[in-house]
Amino acid sequence: MFKGNLIAATLLGTLLMTGSAFSADKKVIAVSIPAADHGWTAGVVYHAQAAAKEINAAFPGVEVIVKTSPSATAQVSAIEDLSAGRKLDALVILPHSSEELTTPVKAVKDAGAFVTVVDRGLSDPSIQDLYVAGDNIAVGATTAKFLVDKLGGKGNLVVLRGIPTVIDDERIKGFQDVIAKSDMKILDIQYANWNSDEAFKLMQDYLAKYPHIDAVWANDDDMLLGVLEAVKVSGRKEIKFALGGNGMKEIVKKVIDGDAVTPIETPYPPSMIKTAIYLTAAQFVGQAPVRGTVKLDAPLITQANAREYYFPDSPF
Amino acid sequence: MSAITETPTLRPGRELNLNWADLGPFLALGALLAIGFVVNPDFLSATNLSNVITRSAFIAIIAVGATFVISSGGLDLSVGSMAAFITGVTIMFMNRLAPDFAGLSIPMGMAIAVAVGVLCGLANGLIVTVGKIEPFIATLGTMGIFRALITYMSDGGTIPIDRALRDIYRPVYFGTFAGIPYPILISLLVAAIASFILYKTKYGRKCAAVGANADVARYSGISVVKTRTIAYVIQGVCVAIAAICYVPRLGAATPTTGLLWELQVITAVVIGGTALRGGKGHVWGTVAGAVILELIANLMVLSDYVSEYLVAGVQGVIIIIAMLIQRLSK
Repeated sequence: MFKGNLIAATLLGTLLMTGSAFSADKKVIAVSIPAADHGWTAGVVYHAQAAAKEINAAFPGVEVIVKTSPSATAQVSAIEDLSAGRKLDALVILPHSSEELTTPVKAVKDAGAFVTVVDRGLSDPSIQDLYVAGDNIAVGATTAKFLVDKLGGKGNLVVLRGIPTVIDDERIKGFQDVIAKSDMKILDIQYANWNSDEAFKLMQDYLAKYPHIDAVWANDDDMLLGVLEAVKVSGRKEIKFALGGNGMKEIVKKVIDGDAVTPIETPYPPSMIKTAIYLTAAQFVGQAPVRGTVKLDAPLITQANAREYYFPDSPF
Repeated sequence: MSAITETPTLRPGRELNLNWADLGPFLALGALLAIGFVVNPDFLSATNLSNVITRSAFIAIIAVGATFVISSGGLDLSVGSMAAFITGVTIMFMNRLAPDFAGLSIPMGMAIAVAVGVLCGLANGLIVTVGKIEPFIATLGTMGIFRALITYMSDGGTIPIDRALRDIYRPVYFGTFAGIPYPILISLLVAAIASFILYKTKYGRKCAAVGANADVARYSGISVVKTRTIAYVIQGVCVAIAAICYVPRLGAATPTTGLLWELQVITAVVIGGTALRGGKGHVWGTVAGAVILELIANLMVLSDYVSEYLVAGVQGVIIIIAMLIQRLSK
């Protein structure tokens, strides 16, 4: 079986070499990511394309190809298409879902490619050579620590959560664990599906239900936009903080401008795809060892360092 | 009086049922308000009710249009995506016009919204009638197209409205007239005009006749193609009006704007007493249906009984119970 693959790969390689003699020694890095269907994935697409452009310009020996897919099934087909047309030297993938993508990625790996997995892990971690991800628990924990600190460990909170997924669960857990050690009280937690309209409605309902709220945490910036509008309309003044997460440019801008209610931000940056692509390229051009796991921290973004996280041209 | 003299000509002997069918959704609404008050007295506070009814305005306005489409025997799954698409186009036009026309660009943008709504509705209508494609499939197709267009226009991100326009435009959603928020007044006005068209004009009769039995309508000399196409155009205009009210709320269009609105709209129409298979439409029932849906969601948050994981399930149960109350009241 393995031998068969090897022969097929060699044959393919020879075919390609005869087809384009000059590009033959180029290392091909394929990048497979979800299509832009909401703010965060739009950011992933933006940063992946930026990285491809920069690396292709900087290193003539490397060719980065970016392919976006609207669903897990489409992503499986995309990977098959990418690896059928040419020999891939590396695959950088942000999988739609862990289970469905594991087998197709393993096939690419078996054909000899370097595999970099980003954000969502595959079911079998032994496939990946490099894993790059953010820290969702830290997104919740960093925000909670800030609130405990600023409110002196006392006060009433309401929380909006996203779509029931591991990402959402981890953020909420990170937040709750820190809050539990203080005297602060979480009055309510409900789903608003990472959608600003639903967050607007939910926040209006929270405001109707609770006469005194000290702070709101919407675990994503799209939802925070809805929350801020609902608070603004209600005319309620007791809410000291309304915080989000992810690093949307509109919210980072607020932090830069020194907004009183949203003075901080916690990143779960879509630009992590860029980190992954650059590291993968380093494997080929710099002979720098990159195999391993890179976990990006979720540091507090304040007015002092916000510019580092501000991408005015990105859609997110 | 006129209602009584007219009804028998269309459906003799059904006037009693008709009245109950009209009342059903309001009975369900009343029951829901009473339950809500028991669960949490804040439920009936003026602010909460005004918030909730204002929020239901988008679905109500779109659902009034859907009442025409459904009563004429059609279906439109594209309304949510269409709302997002029209919102995006409107914002982009307003932003483009803002430097030259300042505040005037808002009414100009609104006109564009209605024009785009008419075109989108016309496209849906012609695909269904002239193209002779099942409404479910035709509008499933345009639903994907509109959603893709808004995603493309926004690069998957956000299309925000110009900051200068934001403040001038805000009152359209947040402002009040005689204490009543504008979106509520607009949806009442839309419903009033719609019920006039549906119950007092020739077109309204044709709509119900085509929906009840297309073949009989055709033999009576009614143009089925024209009647159904106009229904889709009315739907497009209603979506545009909803988009006009929606823009000032959050001041942005995103690829997730209007997601799944089509299902809420269809649910509102059916709760309102209009049969999915077509026939007579109930405009005011539809409006009540939209308010009921929003009240249920509100009640879920205000009560402490339901786990956050079960909210959608309980909502489903309440919708079914509301339908049963209606059925039993006949």
